[in-house]
Amino acid sequence: MSDQKKKNLTPVQQKYQKFASDREVKRPVFKNCIKAFLVGGAICVLGQFIQMFYYTFFDFTEKTAGDPTVATLIIISVILTGFGVYDRFGQFAGAGSAVPVTGFANSVASAAIEHRTEGYVLGVGGNMFKLAGSVIVFGTFAAFVIALIHTMLTQWGGL
Amino acid sequence: MLVGHQTWEFENKPVIASTGTVGGPFEAKGAIPYDFDTLHDDLWLGQDSYEKAEKVLFEESCIKAIEKAGLTQEDMQFFFAGDLVNQLTPTSFAARTLSIPYFGLFGACSTSMEGLALAAYIINSGGAKYILTGSSSHNSAIEKQFRYPTEYGAQKPPTAQWTVTAAGSAVITNEGNGPYLTSATIGKVVDMGLSDPYNMGGAMAPAAVDTIEAHLKDRNVDPSYYDLIVTGDLGKIGQIIAHDLLIDHGFNVTKEQFQDCGLIIYKEDQPVLAGGSGSGCSAAVTYGHLLNRMKQGEFKRMLVVATGALLSPLSFQQKESIPCIAHAVSIENGNDLKQ
Repeated sequence: MSDQKKKNLTPVQQKYQKFASDREVKRPVFKNCIKAFLVGGAICVLGQFIQMFYYTFFDFTEKTAGDPTVATLIIISVILTGFGVYDRFGQFAGAGSAVPVTGFANSVASAAIEHRTEGYVLGVGGNMFKLAGSVIVFGTFAAFVIALIHTMLTQWGGL
Repeated sequence: MLVGHQTWEFENKPVIASTGTVGGPFEAKGAIPYDFDTLHDDLWLGQDSYEKAEKVLFEESCIKAIEKAGLTQEDMQFFFAGDLVNQLTPTSFAARTLSIPYFGLFGACSTSMEGLALAAYIINSGGAKYILTGSSSHNSAIEKQFRYPTEYGAQKPPTAQWTVTAAGSAVITNEGNGPYLTSATIGKVVDMGLSDPYNMGGAMAPAAVDTIEAHLKDRNVDPSYYDLIVTGDLGKIGQIIAHDLLIDHGFNVTKEQFQDCGLIIYKEDQPVLAGGSGSGCSAAVTYGHLLNRMKQGEFKRMLVVATGALLSPLSFQQKESIPCIAHAVSIENGNDLKQ
């Protein structure tokens, strides 16, 4: 907890929080990291196979095979979300299943399913990007800033 | 009659005439399936939304309780109930079906005992002959309300709790063969500055302890007076904290005597992390499992302390801490209480 937050607490609250945190079961961070590494890595290996499949059997180059590969992973993730499997998988894998593109697809699909009962326009349409929306907003903004820096360096920095 | 600061003693001994409990598929696989009157294998209960499913779940428990008392809806004078969905939607819609004069209550997971305490007080003072009270929760409706979409693959920490899909209702009246309601303590809001909604047990434990201590002081009894002191749904972590706090404050509560509804309802191997929670949890466990055991004579006196975390999705996003509350009702049985 930040020091600022701690200052607003009374001594009784601080004493209790110490008391409670001594008895709390902590997140198994190291175990979670290992699981995330293995599962996240496995998803990437799967992606690699799909990509090889596309440029071996179809008319794709190693570069252009990226698009159908991402689309395939997204479809798999959405189907698993629809069958109610992905959230259980996520509880085990943590960041391993949240960080890859499959996690992003899951956040969109799960929100869409959740709000189906409120109708297609206000429910599904309005809530689909409830979780993924901020990823898009800050992702786009970050890309814009990086593009500016890149342009400045190449145009005037002489790189 | 008011005793001490915040406790009512019911000298006319209101009676729990009957109860109705309904559970979902996950609860059917739990530790106490035989204590439910009805169990559903469909999480939707044949409805097209989870909110409607919760409404039906609650209606069924109410109708069951009325039926078991050998009464009809028209016999009920008042209805005290609540749940966790915005504006008490399932409860209010169930009240529309039942058509009984209705008070909607919000005490989060403490609603069950809040309703029972108020019902007992009114019966005790002669304000009614029959009162229906209860509360419900539905895992998917509540997760949607307070957390992420149900299918979202976020990893929950070991302190998180699982919202139960269950409802429990009871008919309270002024005469009968027990179990009797002997007293109730209304808790005050306690906030120890914890703000993690994935650790509600830790946040609620001080509220439970505050109410238990107030109750014992007001009634001037030792913890050993009760065979069981059952907290609402503190879960594994909250329960350990509450027990240690009570010992720390000089109240000699034993581990066998101190139990938790959130730990009773599920089996050890079910993936519920720290245990069950939700306003249907303490209602279903108390009105089903615990009263059944009491009627079988396994124990005579219990204090049910339902705990509620009064947070909202808004207060959490605005970085507020979690205000918590606990209400206690003592339920006793035995021939010496008969009038």
